[in-house]
Amino acid sequence: MAHGRIRAKIRRSSLYTFGCIRPPRESTDEPHQFRGPGYSRQVCCNQPQFHQKKPLKYVSNYISTTKYNVITFLPKALFEQFRRVANVYFLLAAALSLTPVSPFSAYSMIAPLAFVIGLSMAKEAVENWHRFMQDMKVNMRKVSVHSGDGVFSLKPWMNIRVGDVLKVEKDQFFPADLLLLSSSYEDGICYVETMNLDGETNLKVKRSLEATLTLDDDAAFKDFKGTIKCEDPNPNLYAFVGNLEYDRQIFPLDPSQILLRDSKLRNTGHVYGVVIFSGHDSKVMQNATKSPSKRSTIEKQMDKIIYVLFTLLVLISLISSIGFAIKTGYQMPNWWYMPQDAKKIYNPTRPFLSGCIHLITALILYGYLIPISLYVSIELVKVLQALFINRDIHMYDEETGTPAQARTSNLNEELGMVDTILSDKTGTLTCNQMDFLKCSIAGIPYGMRSSEVELAAASQMAEDLEGHGHDFSRTGGQNGSEIELETVPTPKGESSPTRIKGFSFEDHRLMNGNWSREPNADVHLLFFRVLALCHTAIPELNEETGTYSYEAESPDEGAFLVAAREFGFEFCKRTQSSILVREQHYSYEEPIEREFKILNLLDFTSKRKRMSVIVQDETGQILLLCKGADSIIFDRLAKNGRVYEEATTKHLNDYGEAGLRTLALAYRKLEESEYSAWNDEFVKAKTAITGDREAMLERVSDMMERDLILIGATAVEDKLQQGVPQCIDKLAQAGLKLWVLTGDKMETAINIGFSCSLLRQGMKQICITTTVDMLNQDSKKAVKENIVMQITNASQMIKLEKDPHAAFALIIDGKMLSYALEDDLKHQFLSLAVDCASVICCRVSPKQKAMVTRLVKEGTGKTTLAIGDGANDVGMIQEADIGVGISGVEGMQAVMASDFSIAQFRFLERLLVVHGHWCYKRIAQMICYFFYKNIAFGLTLFYFEAFTGFSGQSVYDDWYMLLFNVVLTSLPVIALGVFEQDVSSEICLQFPALYQQGPRNLFFDWYRIFGWMGNGLYCSLIVFFLNIIIFYDQAFRVGGQTADMTVVGTAMFTCVIYAVNCQIALTMSHFTWIQHFLIGFSIIAWYVFLILYGMLSPELAGNAYKIFVEALAPAPIFWLSTLLVTVACNLPYLAHISFQRSFNPMDHHVIQEIKYYKKDVEDRHMWTRERSKARQETKIGFSARVDAKIRHLRQMLQKKSSVLSPRVALAATRT
Amino acid sequence: MKLSLKLEDQQQNQNPILFKAKIPIAVFGLPFLSAFSATHHHAAAASDKLSLSLRTHFPTGPSLKLSYNTPTTTANSGAGKMDTSPKPKSKSKKPKYSRFTQQELPAWKPILTPGWVIASFVAVAILFIPAGLLCLSASERVVEIVDRYDDECLPDSYSNKGDSFIQSKDTNKTCVRTMKVPRKMTAPVFIYYQLDNFYQNHRRYVKSRSDKQLRDRSYADETRDCKPEDNLDGDENEPIIPCGLVAWSLFNDTYKLSKGNKVLDINKKDIAWKSDTEIKFGSDVYPKNFQKGELIGGGELDETKPLSEQEDLIVWMRTAALPNFRKLYGKIYSDLEANETITIVIQNNYNTYEFGGEKRVVLSTMSWLGGKNDFFGIAFLTIGGICLFMAINFILLYVCKPRPLGDPSYLSWNRNPNGL
Repeated sequence: MAHGRIRAKIRRSSLYTFGCIRPPRESTDEPHQFRGPGYSRQVCCNQPQFHQKKPLKYVSNYISTTKYNVITFLPKALFEQFRRVANVYFLLAAALSLTPVSPFSAYSMIAPLAFVIGLSMAKEAVENWHRFMQDMKVNMRKVSVHSGDGVFSLKPWMNIRVGDVLKVEKDQFFPADLLLLSSSYEDGICYVETMNLDGETNLKVKRSLEATLTLDDDAAFKDFKGTIKCEDPNPNLYAFVGNLEYDRQIFPLDPSQILLRDSKLRNTGHVYGVVIFSGHDSKVMQNATKSPSKRSTIEKQMDKIIYVLFTLLVLISLISSIGFAIKTGYQMPNWWYMPQDAKKIYNPTRPFLSGCIHLITALILYGYLIPISLYVSIELVKVLQALFINRDIHMYDEETGTPAQARTSNLNEELGMVDTILSDKTGTLTCNQMDFLKCSIAGIPYGMRSSEVELAAASQMAEDLEGHGHDFSRTGGQNGSEIELETVPTPKGESSPTRIKGFSFEDHRLMNGNWSREPNADVHLLFFRVLALCHTAIPELNEETGTYSYEAESPDEGAFLVAAREFGFEFCKRTQSSILVREQHYSYEEPIEREFKILNLLDFTSKRKRMSVIVQDETGQILLLCKGADSIIFDRLAKNGRVYEEATTKHLNDYGEAGLRTLALAYRKLEESEYSAWNDEFVKAKTAITGDREAMLERVSDMMERDLILIGATAVEDKLQQGVPQCIDKLAQAGLKLWVLTGDKMETAINIGFSCSLLRQGMKQICITTTVDMLNQDSKKAVKENIVMQITNASQMIKLEKDPHAAFALIIDGKMLSYALEDDLKHQFLSLAVDCASVICCRVSPKQKAMVTRLVKEGTGKTTLAIGDGANDVGMIQEADIGVGISGVEGMQAVMASDFSIAQFRFLERLLVVHGHWCYKRIAQMICYFFYKNIAFGLTLFYFEAFTGFSGQSVYDDWYMLLFNVVLTSLPVIALGVFEQDVSSEICLQFPALYQQGPRNLFFDWYRIFGWMGNGLYCSLIVFFLNIIIFYDQAFRVGGQTADMTVVGTAMFTCVIYAVNCQIALTMSHFTWIQHFLIGFSIIAWYVFLILYGMLSPELAGNAYKIFVEALAPAPIFWLSTLLVTVACNLPYLAHISFQRSFNPMDHHVIQEIKYYKKDVEDRHMWTRERSKARQETKIGFSARVDAKIRHLRQMLQKKSSVLSPRVALAATRT
Repeated sequence: MKLSLKLEDQQQNQNPILFKAKIPIAVFGLPFLSAFSATHHHAAAASDKLSLSLRTHFPTGPSLKLSYNTPTTTANSGAGKMDTSPKPKSKSKKPKYSRFTQQELPAWKPILTPGWVIASFVAVAILFIPAGLLCLSASERVVEIVDRYDDECLPDSYSNKGDSFIQSKDTNKTCVRTMKVPRKMTAPVFIYYQLDNFYQNHRRYVKSRSDKQLRDRSYADETRDCKPEDNLDGDENEPIIPCGLVAWSLFNDTYKLSKGNKVLDINKKDIAWKSDTEIKFGSDVYPKNFQKGELIGGGELDETKPLSEQEDLIVWMRTAALPNFRKLYGKIYSDLEANETITIVIQNNYNTYEFGGEKRVVLSTMSWLGGKNDFFGIAFLTIGGICLFMAINFILLYVCKPRPLGDPSYLSWNRNPNGL
């Protein structure tokens, strides 16, 4: 830590103006006075042994996100299983099957249930194990802990206790909530990155108490003792109240001394801290909501179908038992062959009682209507689907080496139904890395390279022009070329061989000292000096390469410094009051070291939106160098400083359109006297004791930052994650809405909005923000009235908009959002937000993210997906219907809370459009088929009842029924659920509009469900009655024997097996060898079973003994009836799908046909055209941007050509 | 011999094992061995593994093993320091390419083109219509004579008191019926009795038997399900053989056939299933205590003959699926010429009057399809006809409203471009 020591000599607090002002001692010196509940926590610093027993025993630092532990697993997992109503029913049925009431033997009820539940529980156990292992990974991280006598040793996180003194090194996470005691800086400050907590990328400054500053050495902790009394654990990230009792004095503590778990130490060698809250007491864990068990829409709907089936079950059971009661009461006394029964079940004298008992029998008997294996099959299918997601090579990120992962498999099909995506910004859309890309100096734009957005838009435009080719050829060649001009030239490959991080600038006019040959070289010089001087960063020499890297508060600043270095202005040393810059004016010259005296530093706050330094160069000239948001800078320009304003404004607009972050640079020359007069005032303000010190400082600073002279502007690309604009575009085309929820500043968010094409020039932005006057009058009512007004105005504006292409964007900040999310306002807010093409919420807290998610989820009733990477997204990830975590970056909280994790945002496209689409269709078809098959089978039992005097006799053998769900019909449907593809993955991606079949729920609507149920009903009727009539009374074979119950049952069952297996073959559209095999297997397995079962001893096989070999196989009528019934069962479905496909084809039908006839190869033009058309009407994404541009061009064209010749104009409008 | 199929390869061999257990268990009485092991590599290697397996555990013979391994987890571990560059280890996390895991297995993707639709309907029609005709003609060739006699054999004096007639021991139950042979009936001619409204498929009735007792003499007291016909007078040492309601209600009308004056021999051999006579009904099981209780049931059995030879009982014990059923009574191995008159002397013993059932005697010849079954042929013809009709309809529809396959104008975004 050599440079850590060097750096530690700088007292940063004397340098900064706003960031770390030490509040005047007098005002808060009084320790907090608190008694009573809520403030009971007491921490004995450096004496963790006191926390080993009550009452000071607090939870350990072990965290656990598992659902079960070894002891609770069995009861809890069982409880989970029996939350499914169908399972409860089967449990009851299994229990009753032990009594004589049951129509079946007990084993045939208990075995499937045990199998089904055992399998589900095994799956739960495995998933829980995964969670446990991930927890352990966090718990096993090491940190150095004071182990007595001033010696620090490494310990795993989980063994840390409250009161421990920790030493946290640079770039490490804090393992618990700590009180900062001292840092490697002399004045006890440290920098903290809280991205995981609130998503903010700016580093935060934390500052220790002055009293503990001396504890800056390992040895100092030998005798350190202190007591902290503070608030109880609570989820409020930004508040802390407590007192430190140290050295017989009491010091008040506030949030600026607290280092929170999961934030990270940055730019600071090391810190010492004492653990206050550990494990689940820590603020971040308190913020975590219990991970809810999510269920997909389809599964919820499936429950409703189960209820429908239950109703049907109860209904037919009632019919059955009424029939039984009547038969027993009126007819049974006449049946001499069934004499009076001693038992109550068949007691003709009390038919009502018999009926009641029979109701139970019937409920068990018709249980086959409820598919017992449905849940377990679905679970199995989902696990396999998840496996495919995990193994998808297209969702594997080479850079971080992470594949996609389905962490909970029960939401796969929900991926195909997403309507709104709520996305975090930093780390999800952006890499949080800035690249200096362009600049404008003295009104001249520099920088050749295009931003990613421009590149993406250009390629899209090129593709679209190809698609619209003939449209344009009609309008004449001249106009075509005009459009050509608008497309952005793509750069010729990666020309610079060694890419420098943070610097993508490419323009020989400025490089290698060439700038000095440009006109206005003095302005250029100033420009570079602003870059090199106006910052708060610290250089760090890399001894191997001899180059400097910079530790900056924000990545923007780092990019500027790198740029300055590349331009020949290398910032190489910062001392207490000066900055050393190595300047190289011409390429052949040796660099000159120049020292600039830093007189003042007015640093950046989000309110000021600017930063200035006042420097004195070697000649004694005093300069104010300022950089800031363009609007702020332009307001402060001097009359003679506006020379380049017009050109710069144009460039700034261009940069904004290209999705770049812009800052304007300006300077002001100061006279010695002018400066010293101001400085006196400034010092006065800085040392003022009164409360409005800050306002005074601001006023004084404001006085200085005036009459500036504009130099130029910078454009920095907030590096988007790879492929983000394309992915957003595709998702928009698939009809998905994207909301961005970010903890970042509004300007940053808007910039990203531009670079993701969520915003574009010409979009009407509705900004709902706090205005300045609202800050002053903080009465809640006034603020609320204001926001109501803003929302109403905006809604009105949208309503009155006539242009169908007009797009609106809603941008709201966290403070206003907190009002907008209140109960009385939220629906108004939501309806406004839904009307807008894109919604961006800035400066939102994790809680608000979750609240917004809930609002969208509950307000629109549509499926929401939340995607994020940090701990601040956990709430939203858990709240949304589907939570997706970005893995592969540091910090696991988001991934651990998520349902799916992917390494890059762009994989979302494949996850949704391919896997989601497939899984949705698979599961939907699978469930429909399940209901069909069980109705088709179950109802035959009911019909047969009517012929047995409703006595509860089943026509099938127990074993047939046992095997029906488990072996004979389940495998093909599982294959359907795992392997079915309506169209291949490439087509899914090429035709994003196909995705809409999911959100519109075309494959699992009630029409379809009842259609399938109707089909089941029809099938059951055909199977039963055809068989009954065929095998009615006459001999069924040459031997003259008539059919007994077993023969009829077996023949009927054979028909059922054939019918349902042929049905699934008709349902499928994608047959690999697996499907072929499984369908064939199911049918053959039935015969094999029949033969084997017939070979068992007669005691086991009963009447089925040798049934196939002896009775059925030699009878031609058996084989013919199977054929007849199977065809009859499947005819209507075949006719229906043929008719639908022929006269009312769905999109995937047509595409299948195109592919089948290879039309896509023959008619490439058509294929490309359809691909470009196959998208939802969208107002976001760069396609929409391109469309808007084309529309705009057309309008211009029209104006122009209407002057030239009206005929061409007519042609143009027709297009 | 070991045959194994492994979907995933794990390179790390030296994982420290956290926990490993093998537990022998029994599933359905069969021996199984279940194994559970967990390996863990913390921090850098970032891989942990859980495996569950279940395999059969017979002392000899092949074993079948079912195992599950967790896929390696993706967690990026450790403190922030170690996640900058892709580690060589992490390469192993890259999913292996296989057509299976990438869901790119070669597949047959048939689509229902009009050609296929029409062809399949026509094919069914072509198959079913001749089949229907064939079945119908087979059924036509079968000659069947049905005669209901329960009402005819009731003397006028008992016309509404069938019960008392049949229960009385004094009444003359012999009844003579004549029937005319409509067409030539070639031997063998099968004689059936047919009962209506008799719930042989009632759950109570079906269950009331003991297959064990019927098969094996040593299980004579196996009469649990047979109540109330289980033991004679409730004495457990006097089990009824065969027990239960099914046997007890044995049909006991008898038929004697004659053609003119010539008595036709009714062969009652081989009327039951071979497996029944040979295996299910024991050759050493003799009737005992049968029809000796208080309750009067149906037919009686010859106590000197083992059950396996009592084919009437065996046929009766095969319970019918419906309350209307026919059962084989016997066969005649001589031709019956057309217009011959057959006389049947019926001993009308079986009580159907109490429950309002009907009794018929049936004479029938056989075709390759079995008995007379017009419905079967008609069903084939109907389905075939419907298919033909559908095929014609589809042809007409395609002619009137053709849709070129793969015509992009039918895509939803082309059909209603505005409100997609």
